[in-house]
Amino acid sequence: MTQPVLEVDNLHVAFPSRQGRKYPWSPMNAVRALNGVSFDLTKGQTLGIVGESGCGKSTLIRAIAGLNKPTQGSVKLNGADVDYDNRRDVLNLRKSIQMIFQDPVASLNPRMTIRDIVAEPLTAFRTDLNNTTRLEKVRNMLDRVGIAERNFNRYPHEFSGGQCQRIGIARALVVEPSILLCDEPVSALDVSIQAQVVNLLQELQRDMDLSLIFVAHDLGVVRHISDDILVLYMGSMMEKAAGKTLVSAPQHPYTQALLSAVPVPDPNVQVQSQVLEGDLPSPLNLPVGCVFESRCPKRASICTTEKPVSQDIKQSQVACHFAAN
Amino acid sequence: MTLLSVRDLNIRFTTGDGDVHAVNNVSFDLSAGQKVALVGESGSGKSQIALSIMGLLAKNAIVSGQVMFNGNNLLAASNDELNQIRAQKIAMIFQDPMSALNPYMKVGRQLSEIVELHEGLSRRDARIRAIEVMEAVQIPDAKRRLDAYPHEFSGGMRQRIVIAMALICRPQIILADEPTTALDVTVQAQIMHLLDDIQRDMDTAVLLITHDLGVVAGFCEDVMVLYGGRMMEKSKVGALFKSPSHPYTRGLLRAVPNIHDQTGQLHAIPGSPPNQMNAPTACPFAPRCNDVIDTCWQTLPELTGEDTQRACIQPVEALS
Amino acid sequence: MTSAKTHLNSKEFAEQAAEEMITSRSFWADARVRFFKNRMAVVSVFMLLCLVLFAIFGHNFAKWSYEEIDWSILGKIKTEGAPSIANGHYFGLDELGRDMFARVVQGSRTSLLVGFVAGITSVIIGSIIGAMAGYYGGRFDQIVMGMYTIWLAVPYIIFFVVWQAFFGRSLAQLIMVIILVNWTAGLLIVRGQVMMMKNREFVDAARMLGLNDFAIIFRHIAPNVLWVVVIYSSMVVPEVIMMESLVSFLGVGIQEPNTSWGALISEGASTMTFGTLWQLAYPAAFFVIAQVSLYYIGDGLRDALDPKDRR
Repeated sequence: MTQPVLEVDNLHVAFPSRQGRKYPWSPMNAVRALNGVSFDLTKGQTLGIVGESGCGKSTLIRAIAGLNKPTQGSVKLNGADVDYDNRRDVLNLRKSIQMIFQDPVASLNPRMTIRDIVAEPLTAFRTDLNNTTRLEKVRNMLDRVGIAERNFNRYPHEFSGGQCQRIGIARALVVEPSILLCDEPVSALDVSIQAQVVNLLQELQRDMDLSLIFVAHDLGVVRHISDDILVLYMGSMMEKAAGKTLVSAPQHPYTQALLSAVPVPDPNVQVQSQVLEGDLPSPLNLPVGCVFESRCPKRASICTTEKPVSQDIKQSQVACHFAAN
Repeated sequence: MTLLSVRDLNIRFTTGDGDVHAVNNVSFDLSAGQKVALVGESGSGKSQIALSIMGLLAKNAIVSGQVMFNGNNLLAASNDELNQIRAQKIAMIFQDPMSALNPYMKVGRQLSEIVELHEGLSRRDARIRAIEVMEAVQIPDAKRRLDAYPHEFSGGMRQRIVIAMALICRPQIILADEPTTALDVTVQAQIMHLLDDIQRDMDTAVLLITHDLGVVAGFCEDVMVLYGGRMMEKSKVGALFKSPSHPYTRGLLRAVPNIHDQTGQLHAIPGSPPNQMNAPTACPFAPRCNDVIDTCWQTLPELTGEDTQRACIQPVEALS
Repeated sequence: MTSAKTHLNSKEFAEQAAEEMITSRSFWADARVRFFKNRMAVVSVFMLLCLVLFAIFGHNFAKWSYEEIDWSILGKIKTEGAPSIANGHYFGLDELGRDMFARVVQGSRTSLLVGFVAGITSVIIGSIIGAMAGYYGGRFDQIVMGMYTIWLAVPYIIFFVVWQAFFGRSLAQLIMVIILVNWTAGLLIVRGQVMMMKNREFVDAARMLGLNDFAIIFRHIAPNVLWVVVIYSSMVVPEVIMMESLVSFLGVGIQEPNTSWGALISEGASTMTFGTLWQLAYPAAFFVIAQVSLYYIGDGLRDALDPKDRR
């Protein structure tokens, strides 16, 4: 088997928080945003990450990118451990891992022309290039994402959301990274534009042999673009499987509930959405057992006392005590 | 029975750079108990239509046309008359539940205030009505939660309270402007269920404004599709999803990824949303349309047809 | 198809159009256009420019220097010291027989110099500290905010008196002490803006490019908060002129025979009862013109730069 480009092992992220402390001088509480997520990413593949708001999906890819410091666990890039405290390591990492963001307009500096925006990564990472080759690369990249050259001297606010996202993609890919992290790249866009951007991403992935980590809350889009899908809930991994398996035979009760709630654009399909009762646990004070226990339709006493370990069932990795049946 | 009838609604916004033609010649009817969806992408003018019905448009808006409700033209009504109609007869549910609620007021008070004001109930009766309506939107332990503040509720619960506020005067029409866009899918499913139940129990007419075709398919009976401030297609839900008759509707339906069917490429609609700085003289969808012919650039198609009304000069058979 | 349409669809037209670069106005160019549309602001800039030119070149027109005493009129100031073209005292004489015109020129010089140098320097210092506090947050922010709160409690007039008692009274000392008193100018507003900006996604994008904190603050955040600093400076400059005038009026500011608007107004006010109104009127008029034009310039800048009206 080929070596994965990225291996994430037991990644934890916690944020210090003032909330819930008794006195101002009490030690900081920890918001546990991410609790032990592991996966491998092979070259040219797409891993989709789905979950509801607050499930830690953005935290996960921001931690991989080094924008949030992981508190525990390891990330290996091409087999080598990444030390997030070492500036050189992080710089190296960002040459091969780039990111696109949720809000296409806000992710571009409003005071820079788009030519400068796309040229900036090259000035930062490719100091070997001279001005002409750099501009040549910028032109090719912007042309590749479909921005006409006559617009290069304009400012971000003059472009539509879809075009801004294309510029964001150009900025991320101009240094030819091997992995592109996508943080909800299409959720701010209209359906018709969303399809354009998804198609563009897939084309670029094919041409540049990119690996993608695609985070979204829209299962339809994730299913469309991903090979594997990872389902997160309260910072913990619920299920990971190939997209097709996950959609046709979800093993985890949370995945089942999530899938049943997705609206289908067909009035003849009677959606029987499973209604989840109960409240979400607080990330300040996570339960000892399964994090989904409070809302799970299948809960039993074992769920409150024991944290389920991720196990292989059929072709899926599932973290549930009852997945086997 | 037709409750609300909108005729030739035009909305323009004057800005420093010129006029934005947000809504152009839109007409439709809403009958009692009917569930109608108004579908469109951002900038299609769908929210502006709802706001114009409620008389809540921004100050720089210029409106023409008619919005008839109980024999009154709401566009010409005074603010006092509108205040009578708002909440009591026509209620609105907004997209963001947090900003629709006053953060410094207990939710029970926010609910009871409306009936005290509009129906002149005593404080006690209003409180009882608030409990009733909170139970109707399935907020557990309603009696106790009456004295909680909005931030103490989760997003889904907050949207339930907003719905309760809309329902408390038993309006004839509910305008729901993207009621589930800010919510997670599992919560969205709950809220849409709830709206469905309530609509059936109270026989309210619902105008659902959304960009999500999936939500429309599960909830509505009739669909109106807007593009660039113009009505593109008006049809029954079944017919629209089975055989969309307008190129834009077709494109929109194909662009939605289906979770059970991963085909090679999504069918994107090329191009960008229309510029609405000029009043449309041709079909606004023409620049992005696959089936565009020369006449499309010169004529402004009118909405025609019997059951399925469409604004396209080409016959359905000629479309790809 | 009409011929115009044929032309629009032709290949040559497409190539021409493709070559023609669209260069849009930058934010600052845009703001400049808007600023110059504001008539009051333009008039105010003109007035302020006149004041500055008057302060720089005014001495060339004066027949007397600002410290010379005209012994021939001393003692008869009430009767003969009024403004007159004939004897060269355009603005009259002060009660010590010195030429008011020369003194107003000198006063304008001092006041404008103090206002612009001390005002702008203190805003720059405050903004840099505020930007760092906002960007780094945590302990550094806490210390800065603590110092800010303590500083608010220091009565600045007493600080002036004590400082000048220790280090003497000179123009440089005056500017120094005003900067010290005003270091908090712009601090809070820039801190808030930076805190808002650092959570915007383009800052994350910049971090993804491996830029260090310095580059992020100065290349990405600073251009986006500069408009706040500019507006704030336009408010602080008249404030500092006012402060300088106030302390000079109270007699702890600038040292005789050097003078400033505040000192001149103070002297003029004390002799007002003798009927020598010109001693008050000229410096006061200059002071008011400066304040009003600076106010309108600030207003114009705010309208031109505040992105609230922008799409």
